[in-house]
Amino acid sequence: MSNIPDDLRYSKEHEWVRTEGDIATIGITHFAQDQLGDVVFVELPEKGASVRQHASLGVVESVKAASDVYAPVSGEVIERNVKVIESPELVNSSPYQDGWLVKVRMTDKAEPAGLLDAAAYGAHVGAQPH
Amino acid sequence: MTEALRRTPLYDEHIARGARLVPFAGWEMPIQYPAGIVAEHRSVRNDAGLFDLSHMGEFYFRGDGALACVDHLVSSDIAGLEVGQARYGLLCNERGTIIDDVISYRTAVDEVLMVVNASNVEKDAAHVNQYLPEDVAFEDASLETALIAVQGPRAAVILSSVTDLEVRESSIEALPLFGVTRGRVGGVRATIARTGYTGEDGFEVFAPWDRAQSPWNRLLAAGASMGIVPIGLGARDTLRLEARFSLYGNEIDETTDPIEAGLGWTCKLDKEFVGRDAIAAARETGPARRIVGLTIEGGVARHGYGVLANGAVVGQVTSGTYGPTVGRNIALAYVPTALSKVGTTLAVQIRDREAAATVVKTPFYKRDP
Repeated sequence: MSNIPDDLRYSKEHEWVRTEGDIATIGITHFAQDQLGDVVFVELPEKGASVRQHASLGVVESVKAASDVYAPVSGEVIERNVKVIESPELVNSSPYQDGWLVKVRMTDKAEPAGLLDAAAYGAHVGAQPH
Repeated sequence: MTEALRRTPLYDEHIARGARLVPFAGWEMPIQYPAGIVAEHRSVRNDAGLFDLSHMGEFYFRGDGALACVDHLVSSDIAGLEVGQARYGLLCNERGTIIDDVISYRTAVDEVLMVVNASNVEKDAAHVNQYLPEDVAFEDASLETALIAVQGPRAAVILSSVTDLEVRESSIEALPLFGVTRGRVGGVRATIARTGYTGEDGFEVFAPWDRAQSPWNRLLAAGASMGIVPIGLGARDTLRLEARFSLYGNEIDETTDPIEAGLGWTCKLDKEFVGRDAIAAARETGPARRIVGLTIEGGVARHGYGVLANGAVVGQVTSGTYGPTVGRNIALAYVPTALSKVGTTLAVQIRDREAAATVVKTPFYKRDP
């Protein structure tokens, strides 16, 4: 599988995390957006909301269906991507850059280390029936 | 599900083009190709798209009584069809609710072709068999008949380039809306009709099951420079919803009558047909609920979501999506008649919140004439 950047961590539910200090930027993976198809709506938590690892973080809707996005880390939402709310197709065209969803101030900086690295995530999606 | 999914004769073509296949009404069907639903939708609106609809059912009624028999089964005026004309209508039960929506094509003096939904083939055949007179031969040709639709503003010129009509002086371009004729498409003998389910100009081509690859591939090749692409069931749904065509199982089923479904126009009440008396009574009473079009702010409504007025559930969404051409989230829903006026403000329950919805005029999309 291509398009799994080495510098990110991944959840089995197809979210990615980029960490800088205690700030985690969160989005969904290339694989996830490809499976969903054209994204037409994203629902994200308000700034200041607290999120818990593995709990629902928001919803990404494609033409076909609505899919939950799960928080890969716990913390407080410090920013949500206004551009992706206005232009949900950014999730398809730029899942790892312009299509990020929220930034979270992590309460447990050890959590990302418990997620999959690129190789493990690649093996995970390689094993997915599709 | 223990029964194996059926495959259309174009299954290998879909695989070769990278289609994503899903189970649909017992068939393994393409839901989208790599370009995606929105791109496919735009191709049909702007240029042309090719649909494999071979899963749909085809019934033949043949014999002296064929026309009268179908006229008795279907809500619309079938007896008045000339040879070469087709009409949309409903199969209803005696209670006046909807068994299926169908198109009936008068393909010869004593022959009618009826196209039915894939999910209803067995049910419809059983229903039809109850009403067959002795002078009508009924044939369920669903598994011998492939169906390919070519739809979009360039459909006529593309189809014309690979078609020889049996009637020499006629042409694809001159075939009227809901007209039906015979010819060779990609060298294969076919029935050709100017019908569709997209809101665009377009044609449907009925060909023998084992020869369907030729028209399919010839149409794709002939239309390549004009932007034709294969279209999956995903875009078929967004196209029909923008055009406000009912989908059996969503807007209509055996719990809905034609009046509340907004299909009263398909019912010729001054003739006898199965369900006529109940439908006439329903029209007399006036429907308690009606199908309306909704636009929704901040969320996509889906089949089964509740429609709210002042916080209380008053109705249900039957179909909902993002409409790529109209650029809005749109839905069809049953609401009480009192709340069905254009401009009425309602809400749709989307997960844990209420999204504002407004009753709007349908169709959501209408092509320029």
